[in-house]
Amino acid sequence: MPTKVRIPTPLRKLTNNEELVEVAASTVGDAITELQTRYPGIKERLIDEAGEVRRFVNVYVNEEDIRFLQNQGTPIKDGDEISIIPAIAGG
Amino acid sequence: MKALKCRECGREYPLAATHVCEFDFGPLEVVYDYALIKRALSRSAIESRPETMWRYRELLPVADDPTVGVEVGFTPLIKADRLAKALGVRELWVKNDAVNYPTLSFKDRVVSVALSRARELGFKTVACASTGNLANSVAANAASAGLKAYVFIPADLEQGKILNSLVYGAQVVGIRGHYDEVNRLCAEIAGKYGWAFVNVNMRPYYAEGSKSMGFEIVEQLGWQIPQHTVVPMASGSLLTKVHKSYQEIAKLGLADETPWHVHGAQATGCNPISAAQKAGLDFFKPVKPNTIAKSLAIGTPADGFYALKVMKESNAHAEDVTDDEIREGICLLAEHEGIFAETAGGVTTAVAKKLIASGRIPTKDSVVLCITGNGLKTLDAVAGHCGQPREIKPSLREFECMLSADEKAAVSA
Repeated sequence: MPTKVRIPTPLRKLTNNEELVEVAASTVGDAITELQTRYPGIKERLIDEAGEVRRFVNVYVNEEDIRFLQNQGTPIKDGDEISIIPAIAGG
Repeated sequence: MKALKCRECGREYPLAATHVCEFDFGPLEVVYDYALIKRALSRSAIESRPETMWRYRELLPVADDPTVGVEVGFTPLIKADRLAKALGVRELWVKNDAVNYPTLSFKDRVVSVALSRARELGFKTVACASTGNLANSVAANAASAGLKAYVFIPADLEQGKILNSLVYGAQVVGIRGHYDEVNRLCAEIAGKYGWAFVNVNMRPYYAEGSKSMGFEIVEQLGWQIPQHTVVPMASGSLLTKVHKSYQEIAKLGLADETPWHVHGAQATGCNPISAAQKAGLDFFKPVKPNTIAKSLAIGTPADGFYALKVMKESNAHAEDVTDDEIREGICLLAEHEGIFAETAGGVTTAVAKKLIASGRIPTKDSVVLCITGNGLKTLDAVAGHCGQPREIKPSLREFECMLSADEKAAVSA
């Protein structure tokens, strides 16, 4: 069973309106690279020039913020779920 | 209102229910036509209007007259001489949103704007992710407007705050997790259902409502921008909007552009913004909250980055205080000014005390404390910490015995 990635509304134009896509990758960083090969242009929306996840993007693996895990190096396995969510909300 | 504009890249968007830029996820902000506003808005025009936050209507993002929360705002600004003396500063004012209408917190300001705008955009269901006060305000204001409300809160909130949402007939959903998890879920729900989430897809409008607190402070000080303002920080949004309100006041010539400092207050148990400010960083590290100040317990603050920027720009400081200091802050404000604030007010008062003691707020200066919520909603936080009533029989003799014991104790003390 591959890893599911939840695509937020602002990026669904790139994924042909797919809300949930599947990847086979071993880390969050690899998953983003795989997304880029399938949906060109998606990586630059998530990753800044310095290679870091953009300031206003939060990425979660199974509900945990990857900044509390190993950022883009966070390992993922079959059945995990990655959520990409705009950081600007709440408060 | 002219458009929505990304704060990061400047791309413009129509005035719809949308909050992030499609290109860099930056926050969208309302753009105004200040030249037009300057012609319509003067001190005398404002002073001739009813005493509510809507007297600054041109600077709030609705297309027509507001329809929800028209009585909100214009809360008292109290000259707090006794507290000033206790904290050792020349002049101190308390902006008391603990008595805001109708739900006793500053959130009535933002909700009034968000729900008025939601109605203009045709929404029938409104929602929010909340640490309590916002849920109360959405529930109450939606009830009076005949809108359906879903409010999402951490399941372990104070009883007072939970009941204060249920009583209005709102759908209250308790999430087993902390606020950041509630927020993440709500961002996902908002993307899926066509509801007006006041602090998600309606956030550009909602957040602007906070400016009214700053406008009122300036007007109530006799059209003067205060030297120092101490603001509690959860997402950091209120701090950025108070700063923006002073900028707009100066830009429109409603008050002289005198220097101001907007200081930020957090609890040590959830201090991502103040820790970053004290370390001189312009980004914050998310934390897992653990504090009695549940209304400020946001470990991943949406406006943290901008709050840091505003404090840098206004040459201001951040500070944080422990749970014991928060309770002491609540008592200081209550015992000196007769104002019972919730835990966030304890944070603000205790942080002001610290900033004055450390000289970062000079003792010769004037300070405004923004008190954002009411102590009656967070009784759990102080229960058992401010003494117990003494019980006696209905007997004059017993009462006099008690008094004379008190007098003896006072003499020997």
